[in-house]
Parts: sequence; C-alpha cells; structure tokens
Amino acid sequence: MIPAPWALLAEVTHACPLHCPYCSNPLELVRKSAELSTADWARVFGEAAELGVVQAHVSGGEPLLRPDLAEIVAAARRAGVYTQLVTSGVGLTAERLGELLAAGLNSVQLSLQDARRPGSDLIAGRVSYTDKERAAGVIRDAGVPFGLNVVLHRRNLDNLQEIIEVGARWGADRIELANTQFYGWALHNRAALLPARDQLDRAKATVAAWRETHGSGEGPELVWVMPDYYEGVPKPCMGGWGARSITVGPDGTALPCPAAYAIADLAPPNVRERPLAWIWTESAAFNAYRGTDWMTGPCRECPRREIDFGGCRCQAHALTGDAARTDPACSLSPDHGLVRDATATVGAGAADDFVYRKPGAPDRTDESPRIPGSV
Amino acid sequence: MPPDGPWRPALDKSVMLRHDRVRDADLLLMPERAVRLSGTGGRILRLCDGSRTVDDIVAELGESFPDAPLADEVPAFLERVRAEGWLR
Repeated sequence: MIPAPWALLAEVTHACPLHCPYCSNPLELVRKSAELSTADWARVFGEAAELGVVQAHVSGGEPLLRPDLAEIVAAARRAGVYTQLVTSGVGLTAERLGELLAAGLNSVQLSLQDARRPGSDLIAGRVSYTDKERAAGVIRDAGVPFGLNVVLHRRNLDNLQEIIEVGARWGADRIELANTQFYGWALHNRAALLPARDQLDRAKATVAAWRETHGSGEGPELVWVMPDYYEGVPKPCMGGWGARSITVGPDGTALPCPAAYAIADLAPPNVRERPLAWIWTESAAFNAYRGTDWMTGPCRECPRREIDFGGCRCQAHALTGDAARTDPACSLSPDHGLVRDATATVGAGAADDFVYRKPGAPDRTDESPRIPGSV
Repeated sequence: MPPDGPWRPALDKSVMLRHDRVRDADLLLMPERAVRLSGTGGRILRLCDGSRTVDDIVAELGESFPDAPLADEVPAFLERVRAEGWLR
C-alpha cells in the first residue's frame, strides 16, 4: 500500500514577469496555449483531495497572470485543500488579494531577491522591488499568514542580516532562506551563483544569532534550507520520491518533483490523460525511485537510506546523467568530486554573468556538466 | 480582545482544522505544515470556537467521557496547543 500524498504543487503557468537565473521552472517553458483550463484545475484539485492531498502551493511562474486564479483557488477550497499563493508580488493589489481570500486562499508566500532595490532588481532581471514592497503591505494589511522566500546565492548571502531585517519590517511571519538548489536554470548559472564556504559560515552564524535574540513571536521565524554542495550529506528531497508530494505543471504534466522535468527518460504522466490516483500509485514515473529497491552503490547498504533516500534524483541525473546514482552531494558518492570541484573553484574564471530565464531554451550545448553514467 | 475574563480558546486564523477521510484523522493545517491530532485532540479543538471557556469545554466533554480525568488533561492540552501558537 502506497501512503497517500500530502501536498500538491500546482504550477498554473510558467509565464512570469521575473527572469531569475535560478528559476525552478524547466529550461523549456510551457507555452500559454498549452496550459490547463480552469475546469482541468478544478478536477485536479478534486482528485488530489480524494487521494489525500491536504495542502497546495499555487505557484508558477507567476500565478497572478492567470485571470481565473480565484476560480482555481475556490476549487481547491471546495475540495478542502489548504492553499498558499506563491507569488513574485508583481500584480498583487489589495483588490486582487481580496478576491483570492474571498475564494478561500489561506496564506501567501512572497519572493524577494535581495535586501535592497538594485540587487533585488538585478537578480529578478526586472524592476520589481517596489512592487514587492507594496505587495508586502497588501498582504500584511489583509492579516493573512505571510511567508517571505529568499533564494540565497553568492550575490546576496553577505546581505543576509539586512534581508532578515527587511522581512521583519515588511511583517513576514516566516522567512524561508532557501539556498540555491543547482538544477535547471540554477545549474546553468552555477558559476555565477555558487557561494564560497566562508559566506555560508557567516550566513549560518547570522541565522543562529537572530534565533538566539528573537524568541517565538518576536519577529519572523527563520527557515534555513541547507546548501547541499557544502554539507557532505544529501538533502532528503521531497521527503522521498513519490512519498509526499505531487507537482502538476501548466500543461498537466505530473511529476514527483518540480525539477524532474529534466529527467528525459521519465516519460511523466499527464493529468489530461490519467486520473491522479493512477498517476500516484501506478505510473512508472512515480514508482521509478520510490522506496529503496532502485538504489545503487553506497545507498543500498547505507544506514541513512531511509533518512535521505539517496538524496536528490534530479541532481544525480543532472550531474552524472543517471538518476539512479547516489546524489553527488553525498560525500560517500563515487561522483562527489563533481560537487567538490565546483566548490573548489568558486569565484575563479569569468563566468559571472547571468543567463536570465526566458521563454525558449538557452543554448543547450553547455547546459550542464556531465560525465558518463557509470564510473 | 478583552484581557480580562476567562480564556475562550479559538484557533488562530492561520490554522484550519479539518477531518481527513483518507487518513481517518483530524488535522491542523497551516502554512508549510500539517499536524495530525489524536482522536480526543480533534474533539477538544472542535469546541474551541471562541465562545466556550475552558471550563465549558471540560464540562461538555464530560458528558461523553464521564470517567476521564478531563479537568487536568484538557487545560494542559490547550496550553500546549497555545504554546505552539495555534490557539488564541
């Protein structure tokens, strides 16, 4: 018996006003004309709830670009699902938020790229800081639970104290400090984004000091998402493949993780063709790396195999070409040198310019470092 | 909210209490988190609507569980949930 999923990540569109070089959307973005309809999403939320999903992130791209967003949220609410809007803040007026709250929206997560306007706008690839500041005021005034998400990397880690202060000033209840995960666009931009170890050490000290001086209820709660390139242990990605969460993309592609678009031979199912219950329990894609039977190399005998599940399948695929290998972020991986070498050369070389996320895939010839699938 | 008078517990507005048919359990849902309640936990929190005092809740539960040590356990449970920030 496969345990029921808890969460749905609904990527309702890939369209976005921002162009962040670490975007978690796939390199090849889904066109607007291929997006699921309002009725499709209503059915997906109904099926998800039947299956056991109780929480959804309504995300994108920028979900506010869907004119029918309130209808989608209302369908989620009817199904009894707790919904969080994940937004850049661009376009979040008091009227729009009011409409979403009336439809049953439960909470809002706003992204911020850096503490100050120039840095934030540079990463976003667009003037947007003022929009975000205004959106924060709208969220705060509505009294809805307010999370701030900041993706951390070499260009903003040294501003962490100031980032936290901005979050506190804007009234966030929690700040997710999400160290960049390097696949897709972020892997494409790794040379420009990968931080140095001493930056991370200082950042961790900043977080620890904030927590020490701010008790519960005194300012935002900080959530630190670990930078796996430096930890020597992989992250238990998604709580295990096909264990807790389903991602549904704008065109109905269903995946165990939003980064899994890149695993070329996965042949992901689509909610237009199959019920979500079949996708979760029966599909080859959701069963491919479920449990521990698929494990290779050091994972198979590892005492941590039920803790971190061999790490991230998408990272193993991106770096080694084989999603069934141990995550190279693990110090026990035979491929760990791929990660170690990257951290050893931080800041060296000239690759400091971003390739901004935009429709149309970037030049694929240098998409990612690859080695043959077996060593 | 008047500071005086007895506490009339109510769920924080960020928290949704609902029954999960699939897992046959009551859940507290909030941003980025779901908490599975024990059977009695759900039953107690369902009474926390901001109108009942703790004594009211104990009395009401006593009709269903006459032999349980509710007078000690219910207030302690409510305090624990309040400490988590889920009750006001």
